[in-house]
Amino acid sequence: MGKYILKRFGAAIFTIFVAATITFFIMNLVPGDPFMSEKAHSETVLQALNEKYGLDKPLIVQYKNYLVNLLKGDFGVSFKLQKNREIKDMIMESFPISAKLGAWGILFAILCGIPLGCIAAFKRNKWADNIIRVLSTMGISIPGFVVATTSMILLAVKLKWLPTSGLKEPTSYILPIFTLSFYPMCYIARLMRSSMLEAFSQDYVRTARAKGMSNFIITFKHALRNSLIPIITYLGPLVGYVLTGSFVVEQVFNIPGLGRYFVKAISNRDYMVIMGTTIFLAAFIILMNLVCDLLYKLVDPRIKLGDE
Amino acid sequence: MKLQDLKKLSLQMNLSPEDFAPADTQEQQDLNKLTQNTSYWNDAWRRLKQNKIAMIALFVIILFILFAFVGPLLSPYTYDQQIRGDENMAPNIKHPFGTDLHGRDLLVRVMVGSRISLIIGIGSALIVLLIGSIYGAVSGLFGGIVDNLMMRFVEILYSVPDILIIILLQIVIKEPLENAFNQGSLFGGLQKLGPGIVAIFIVYGLLYWVGMARIVRGQVLQLKQMEYVNAANAIGASKSRLIKKHLLPNCIGTLIVTTMLQIPSAIFTEAFLSFLGLGVSAPMASLGSLAADALNGIQSYPYRLLFPAGAISIIILAFNLFGDGLRDALDPKLKK
Repeated sequence: MGKYILKRFGAAIFTIFVAATITFFIMNLVPGDPFMSEKAHSETVLQALNEKYGLDKPLIVQYKNYLVNLLKGDFGVSFKLQKNREIKDMIMESFPISAKLGAWGILFAILCGIPLGCIAAFKRNKWADNIIRVLSTMGISIPGFVVATTSMILLAVKLKWLPTSGLKEPTSYILPIFTLSFYPMCYIARLMRSSMLEAFSQDYVRTARAKGMSNFIITFKHALRNSLIPIITYLGPLVGYVLTGSFVVEQVFNIPGLGRYFVKAISNRDYMVIMGTTIFLAAFIILMNLVCDLLYKLVDPRIKLGDE
Repeated sequence: MKLQDLKKLSLQMNLSPEDFAPADTQEQQDLNKLTQNTSYWNDAWRRLKQNKIAMIALFVIILFILFAFVGPLLSPYTYDQQIRGDENMAPNIKHPFGTDLHGRDLLVRVMVGSRISLIIGIGSALIVLLIGSIYGAVSGLFGGIVDNLMMRFVEILYSVPDILIIILLQIVIKEPLENAFNQGSLFGGLQKLGPGIVAIFIVYGLLYWVGMARIVRGQVLQLKQMEYVNAANAIGASKSRLIKKHLLPNCIGTLIVTTMLQIPSAIFTEAFLSFLGLGVSAPMASLGSLAADALNGIQSYPYRLLFPAGAISIIILAFNLFGDGLRDALDPKLKK
């Protein structure tokens, strides 16, 4: 087990390195330098700026410096968005907000999605199942921004039950969390339904039935526990989805999280911020995937450890 | 015929001597019909036709294709035409979907936006199909160290969060493409699409084929064990012939289903990018960018959001449902 964890951890670190490398070289494909679009700098000022940020050195040296700085936890400074501010500070300030929303969103998605999927599986081909199936298929077909904007029009603009933007009151969390969790909730419900149905057709359930066990024990002790395993594998991608989904949600509801910073950085072409945020988010998602994978193997002893 | 009355036992049936008479020609022909061969496609089409939801979805898709490609030709306005005096109109007879703050007809813009969504969905699905199936087939067929290396590469690409890299590439590719297009040298037909869409195609070609490659490889690994592949090998067929003639045609069902399900996900991603302001550039409209534009005046003009948002949701839903139906029809083993 220890060897396996170490191996997976090594692979994750390597992937983060690849992601950082891809990001660095993509960002250097951009024509011109970060100061180009600003008001006319004189030659000497430009040179001084380039020297200050190390942009006059060859690409490979810049790359090395960037990686070394990354290892020290230094993402560089913002050129445009908030001039000369450390990107690390910006991330530390805004990420907790996004993380809080995301964590609630994930919790909500799981707590609603699993029961919905179970009900659908129990009442297979009855009206409850049909309703849940239609709704969840619609749920995975509606883009996040549509859910965000329509729920905002309906509940905040027309009915005025909830605030439209910001995070001042506790009620203002409701809409962002709902929109963030809508897609994963539907996805989990579909996943849960099919894995529950799969579990019900397994031999151990038939054996349990033959032994005369109650429906309650069969469902909760045997079927549910085994059908939760696919949900665990989905948790990794779910973290990724929630973080990227926050770009839209924070934009629509005007929440000062990392997602909105990222979108702002994109529209202002603040390359250092884009780069820093991308690497940070990528590393976070990759590590979360790693945790999920390890969890998955821990929960289900049938899965072979070691080489795949 | 009494013999078809299967629920009864033989003694309950009251048979008469005529029931044992030899079958006449008509009956013989009927029996022959039953044993007629059905091809894979006929069989799949029969299964698909029985699936009501999938047929409705197909109908909706066809309607949308007409709406998106024929619709703009019938409209008196063009998507970038700014009609003076018609600014900020609510839906009315002249403009069924209303107009935006520049006086552009929203119906035409939604049509053009749907066209972009469809082009992107189908185009990128084809790109993914091409790259993914070749990559997967080569990796699966060659096996050994080649397979190992190729799949390691896929694993790395797979675990890098794709949406982030897509955003990055989209930012970076768009500007040089715009410049290249303005000089207007080599691209020809692509130029009509605009740099935003071409950038999305490139991004899909670079990143999104990994899922397809994995699926195809899995299939090829199974098919490789078959006798006919062995036989083809024995009479000296080349690897490329094996892939083209034997391996890919035999996983055609999986290929079609995966490609079909790729379409809604590509449309999804494009809408997401356009909503963030990264997709097509103005005055071109995509459903995502129309929704993003509508966000500014959402308090006073909520219907501006309604139409593009509804259109994109219906398109994706229809493709998802049709893809599911197609999967059940072409590959009944996959059905859960």
